[in-house]
Formats: sequence, C-alpha cells, structure tokens
Amino acid sequence: MNKSKTKYVGKNVLRFEDERLLNGNGQYTADINFPGMYHVAFLRSEISHGEIISIDLEEAKKLENVYDIFLYDDLKHISPIISKSNMKKYLPTKQHILCKKRIRYLGEPIAAVVAKNRYIAEDAISLINIELKELEPIIDTINASNETKNFVHPSLKTNVILERTFSQGDIKDVNQNELISIKKIFKMGRKTPLSMEPRSYVCDINKRTNELTLYSSTQVPGIIKDAIMTYLGINGNQITVIAPDVGGGFGGKASLYMEELIVVAIANKLQTPIKWVSDRYEDLLTTSQGFEEIIEAELLLDEKGNFISLNSNVYGDIGAYSIYPWTAALEPMQVAGFLQGPYKIKNFYSNVKCITSNKPPTGPYRGVGRPAAVFVIESLVDMAARKINMNPSQLRLNNIIRKNEQPYKIGSGIVWDKVGFEECLRKALSLIDYDKIKTTKKWEGVGIATYGELTGIGSKISVAPGMPLNTGSETSRLEIDSTGSISATFGIASHGQGLETTLSQVVGDHLGVTPNSIKIKQGNTSLITHGTGTYASRSAALAGGAAIKVSKKARNHILNVASFILNVPKTEIDIEDNLITQKNSNQKLSFPELSRIVYSDMQTLPIKLRKPLIFIESYDPIFGASTTATHIATVKINPETFKIKIKNYVVAEDCGKVINPMIVDGQVQGGVAQGIGAALFEEMKYNENGQLETATLADYLIPNSLDVPEISISHLEDFLPNNIGKFKGMGEGGTIGATGAIANAVSDALKHLNIEITELPITPNKLYTLIKNKEKK
Amino acid sequence: MSNEIQLKTTINGIEYDLTVPARLLASDFLRDHLNLTGTHVGCEHGICGSCTIKIDGLTARSCLKFAVQLDGKKVETVESFKEKPETRNILEKFKANHSLQCGFCTPGFLMIIDELLKSKIKFSENEIREALSGNLCRCTGYENIVKAANEILTHKKIK
Repeated sequence: MNKSKTKYVGKNVLRFEDERLLNGNGQYTADINFPGMYHVAFLRSEISHGEIISIDLEEAKKLENVYDIFLYDDLKHISPIISKSNMKKYLPTKQHILCKKRIRYLGEPIAAVVAKNRYIAEDAISLINIELKELEPIIDTINASNETKNFVHPSLKTNVILERTFSQGDIKDVNQNELISIKKIFKMGRKTPLSMEPRSYVCDINKRTNELTLYSSTQVPGIIKDAIMTYLGINGNQITVIAPDVGGGFGGKASLYMEELIVVAIANKLQTPIKWVSDRYEDLLTTSQGFEEIIEAELLLDEKGNFISLNSNVYGDIGAYSIYPWTAALEPMQVAGFLQGPYKIKNFYSNVKCITSNKPPTGPYRGVGRPAAVFVIESLVDMAARKINMNPSQLRLNNIIRKNEQPYKIGSGIVWDKVGFEECLRKALSLIDYDKIKTTKKWEGVGIATYGELTGIGSKISVAPGMPLNTGSETSRLEIDSTGSISATFGIASHGQGLETTLSQVVGDHLGVTPNSIKIKQGNTSLITHGTGTYASRSAALAGGAAIKVSKKARNHILNVASFILNVPKTEIDIEDNLITQKNSNQKLSFPELSRIVYSDMQTLPIKLRKPLIFIESYDPIFGASTTATHIATVKINPETFKIKIKNYVVAEDCGKVINPMIVDGQVQGGVAQGIGAALFEEMKYNENGQLETATLADYLIPNSLDVPEISISHLEDFLPNNIGKFKGMGEGGTIGATGAIANAVSDALKHLNIEITELPITPNKLYTLIKNKEKK
Repeated sequence: MSNEIQLKTTINGIEYDLTVPARLLASDFLRDHLNLTGTHVGCEHGICGSCTIKIDGLTARSCLKFAVQLDGKKVETVESFKEKPETRNILEKFKANHSLQCGFCTPGFLMIIDELLKSKIKFSENEIREALSGNLCRCTGYENIVKAANEILTHKKIK
C-alpha cells in the first residue's frame, strides 16, 4: 500500500462540474441546437383506455412550416418493444413505437409532428382531428388483478403479467394460537421521479459519414445505444449516444422511451437534425412512474417480542407496459425481496403479483421497491411494539441480525453480509438521544426505520430478476497521451452525482496524480466498448473499482518505463503529485517528459516499452455490497390544519469507504428529501375515469425548502465490503429509510387517537379523514 | 398567426433591437434566440423557478412572460454572474457548500439569493428558507443551498 493512497479519497474535494453548471456554461440536451434542425411535438392520447377510430391530418399538414407527420403506419418497420425476462410466469407486453390502434395510458404518443419550431408543431397538433372510442379504464390495482374480461393487453387474457412466491420455513409448523398477530393492509401511492430537467432528445446526423448522434437526457446511454441497434437496425459504429449534462434522473431517465427511438428514426429518415424537449405536462404524464403497491402483511411474534413469521401479498401496479429493459419485475419483486428487512424471522412467505393497468409504465424510482418494503416492515415493528408495550428501539434490537450472525440469508434469498444494522441503529439512537426525545405528548412523535439494501451489484445478481442484461461490470480505459495528459473513460453517466470528481479522486490516489489533472470522460457510448450507465447505486462501487484496477495497471507500467529511464529498480521509484521520482535522490520525471520519451524519442526505450500508454480494465464485484442505515425522524402535527412538520432528522449509515464526504452527505440529504415527498406529499392520482388529477406542479407537490429539515448524518466505516475499493452504493438510501421513519413518527404522534398510518403519502386531507372517521366510531 | 413585434431590451448589459414573434415566451427568447441557455425551463407554468431571471433588478419567471414584455427593460441572466465580484461570490459559496448536484434548478436559486442580497433587509434562516421556498430543487434537499445563502446573506452589509 502506497502512503499516498488516501490522499484524495475521503476528502471533500470540491466538484469539478460546478463551475460550468454555475456560470451558465453547462450544456443540457435542450441547450443543444444544430443548423437546419426540425422540432418534434407529439399528439398524445387524452384518454387512458380506448381505440383510435380515425385520424385526419389534412388540416395539420396544410399549415406552413409543418414538414411531416408520422403515425404508427409510417414507423411500422420498427418492431414492438419487448422487455425480456427469464422469469417463469412472465408475460411480456408489446409496446408499439406509436399507438397502433389501442391506447393504453393517458399521454401515450399517437402522432409525431415535425415542424420548423415547437410553437408551429403544437399549432399543427391542435389541427389534427382524431376520433377515439373510449374503453372502460383499468385503474384500480386489485380489481385489475381479478379482472376476467377487461385487459390492458387482451391477447394476454390477464392483467397479472408476472407472479412469484418467496417462501422460507413453514408457517403451518407454528402454533399461531400463542402468538401475537399484527395484520394490516398497506398502500403506497404512485410517484413520479420528477427530475427538474424534463426528458429531452436531440439527434444530429452527419451526412458525410451517415453517422447519427443522439444527445439524450438519459442515465443509461449504453442501454439506449443497444436498443437503437436492436429496434432501428443501426449499427453501433453508426450511432453515438451522448448524455451531456443531465438534470437529475432518480430512475426516471433509466429506461428506454419511445420518443428517444422516434427522434433517431425521424432524423435518419429526413436526414436532418431533430429535437424533442418534453414539457412538464408531458413529463408528468409519460416519464416512468414508481412505487404503486398494495401490501397485505402479517407479522407474528411471541409475547417476549421475538419475530416468528412474516406473511405477505404484494400487488404491484406496473402500468400499461413492462418497461424496457427492467421489466415489470423490477419494483414489486424488490418489495418482497426486502420486506423482511434486517430482522431474524425464520418463516417467510410472500406472493407478488405484477399487474397491468391503464397508467404509464412504472420503472425505477430512487429506492426501487424498498421505500415501500421499509414502510411496511418498520410500521409492523412499531405496531407490534405498541401492542406488547415494548420500546420500539428495544424490539428492533431484540430481532436485528447481528454482526456475528452474518452472513444471514433472509426469506427472499438475499444474503446480508458485513452490514452494521445494530451499529447504525445504536448510533442513530444516540445521535438523536432517543429515550429523551421519546414523548407522551399529543401530536408529537418519533419514528425509527432501519433497513438494508444491496448496492454495487455484480454479474451474479440481476438489477431486475431474470433480466438478460449485464449490469454487473464496468470498464475503464486510462490513457496518457503524447503531451502527458491523463484521461480516464467510463461507461457510467453522471447526472448530478459528481462522478467526474469522485472518480478522479480514486484515480488520483492510485496513480499518484492530483484529481484536477485527470480528465474523466463518461456519458458517451463512442468512447467505450461497453457500458450501461448510472443507476441502481452502482457507479461509485463499480466504476470506482474499475478506476482502481486500471490506475494500478497504469502505475505499474509507468514504474517499469521509469525504471528503465532512470536506471534504478522500480521499487526505488515513487509517483506522487504528478511526479515520478527516485526515492532518496533528486532524479525525477514529469508526465510530459515520460510521454515524450515513450511516444517521440525513438532511442531511449526498447520497443516493448514504447507501446502507447493505454490501459483497460473491467471490474465485476460478482455479488453486491450490503448498505444499511437507520433513520429517526421526529414530527409535530398541527391539530388545526393537520400539517405535519418534521422537526428533527438523523441518519446513521454505513456505506463502506466514503470517497467524498461532502458528496455523500449531499446524496443522503437529497434522498431523504425525496423520501419526505414520498411519505407526506407526493402521489400521482388517477381518478376512476383514468384522468390524472395531479398534472401540474401545483397539484403534484414535492418538498420545498420549508419542508425539509437539516439532517444530522453520521457515517460508520466499520463494515467494509469484499470489493476492490471497499465502496458501497449510497445514492438511494436516503429515500429508502425516510418512508418508514416518517410513517412511524406520524403514528406515534397520533397515539392518543389510536391511529396507525397504513397509507403513504399521509397528507393533511387524508389525516383529517382518518381522524374524523375515528371520531365517528 | 406569427405576428412579429419590435423589441428593444438590454440583456446582461448588451442592447438588442430586434423583431420577435408576439407569442414568443421570454424564456424561449433568451434560450433559442440569444443562445443564453443558462436560464432553464423546468415547468413552463411558473412553479419550479428554474427559469427565474431578473428584470429591472427584480426576479421574475421568464416562462410566464412574453419576450415583448422585456421591452424597455434591463434583464440579467445567470451568464452575467461570473463577471461581477458580488455575484461571483454567490457562485463560489455554492461550490464551497456543495449547493448544487445536477445544476438544473441552480440558476433560479442564484437569482433569488442575489435579489435578497441586494435588498436592504436582513434575513433570519427561516426567512431565507421562506424566500427560497418558491423554487424547487429535487437533488439537494435544500440544506446546502440554505447554508450558502446564510453565508452570503449574513455577511451582507446593511446600508
């Protein structure tokens, strides 16, 4: 181990991204324009379920500066999008590039209008005459699962497109008469990721080389490139997908969108650059949504407070299509997968149904399944504590999987290893001074949530079960050019995480150079042979691992070259602060000098040491790293308005080795803010007619600066994973822990009314109804 | 349909005299006609605040204004911030406090803080949070934006 190894990792290196993003020189997709570029706007369905009877384009086509209008028939050479899975009992859905006849969700694209600018394209849309036949919308999740006639995809003859049962132990062996049962039905409302930058795509075409470049506000340029090859038949060397500055994603930009393929197809067809920028209305209607579940759950425990069994049925509303490439399995399966949380429970049963409805497809949203899972299990634990009159922290400590009990396989098959559940719980309790803060006051409460998640997962574990896609490895190419400049290229796609900074910290330590002398290249498919992107809390762990491997390889080679040049054994040479020095002497080489000797001086080195300074390494951690945290929130409810105010919030978390504490804290703060949104404000409400009641930001509320408190964060670095950099992923944890902690705090604040929260978000309106209903009884 | 209107306006100290469509939004005018893409369009219905600019010294949502409403006005966008020491300081405080992640909402927050800085009032932290509550950020949880704003505004001199 070199002494300079942790010179940068672990330090608050200020972000290299910030200057351009602050001074107006950032470049998001909507900022990109090309000469001769046309604009696209989409005619979208105004109903959620129906059939197209006729479309009349005559008036629209007459409008000046309208160049073309595409319907399904014009793009029918593009085969339907099918998200594949090896899972048994999975029925894939077929998604046409534009509605063929059937309309399956509100906002589904029907026609693409190409015009001189967006204003004219929208004028043209208003001139399209479309006749629709409305069908009864399938909105209610449970009804949809029981439906025998009305299906989102009639050819499938069911709305349940995937079902799976997890089970461990045998509940029949348990004498249930002696046990205490906590049985509830929980509901998690549908969310939208709502990145501040709406989705946008620009496709440029180079007529000389016939190469296409798609600029996309995507988290997954590699996946999009593969999809363009699959569905548009464009070879990989004819298409580049670039994710420039991307204004947040949170999972909403981690899937393939029809608009993305259409923009490329039209640019290719018309041989001119094409731009589409979503407005907020379109973004709310059509960006993949998340989290809609109903979970029937029963926890059995004995009188002493030992958990005996956990039984559940998960009904996941996946919307109209099984999303590409993650499939319908992604969100609901994760709910069951993580439902047991950090607790020893010998008997586990969960049946999961993934159910189609006439709503937009669900996809990844920060936390994926686990915000719902944590809400359920942590609520059950608090309900149990109230029932047996035990301190909730003690009940958790009684059942938590301890260090010496790991590796521990929970009922869904997930193995917890090297994870400090107990330590984080104890740390959080002491941070907030739990026993002191615990109150008997009306309208005030405190809530705990402890959870585990799998992050930075390798090739043995799929991001979504059964998905035939390698998300488990990351490649890095490190180059030192003829001027001695260093660059490192990755397949990830940073969209706010500051990976240009953190990866340069990692390379800097392992190569012996300053982070600001390294150019990190990412978010561009033509720079790397394979990559997927940034999602699933993978980039720091996987790209960080690849960065270490490639930096070590480069360092070793540089030492060999320097050893020859300086004529000393390589053990006598060090690389630090961009200088290659002979220890205990004045002899030194700079990187420009080294490069000149390698590339331009044809005499000093033997041929084998004159090879280009290009190094490539891949990293696959095979399994994943278990991250954990405990969140504790205190709330105060205004008994007049039922507004819920979060007073204090603490997070004790174990995310392995911290690369940049400032950035990690920022991720936790932002994640918790989204969890607060999920718990208190956010719900995409579709009424029985299939219309969206929250189609503006005045109706779909996200937390503002008055809603999110200061968050006190503590990092534990005692449980380092078995991966190369000892990094665990931590981008999603903030959201995962918040739902349970806040729900429990609100229930605690309502203890005098005996009201327990089983539905999120818990808004003032819902709280009013709960309290009024209670008073009636 | 595309009635054109004469527009004379000063943007970041540069005078413009041109003809624009009557229905052109101020945000699209800045971004698409002047290539000042530092002003971001997040919702086009006045809620998110990413498009906030300053018109005659006061913040305004450029997505809720037509370009022609800038006629005769002095407009400042984020592109002007790096030049002047006072606004440069806001940028530096944002860096030092990690007050931005994806950066999309950031120009709007910079505008609000600059407006607070130039007002003759001293603000408590809660008042700062209130003043910032009209702008939405999805990445940071606001804590670090509030921290930067506190640092900038607590050192301000009240004349």
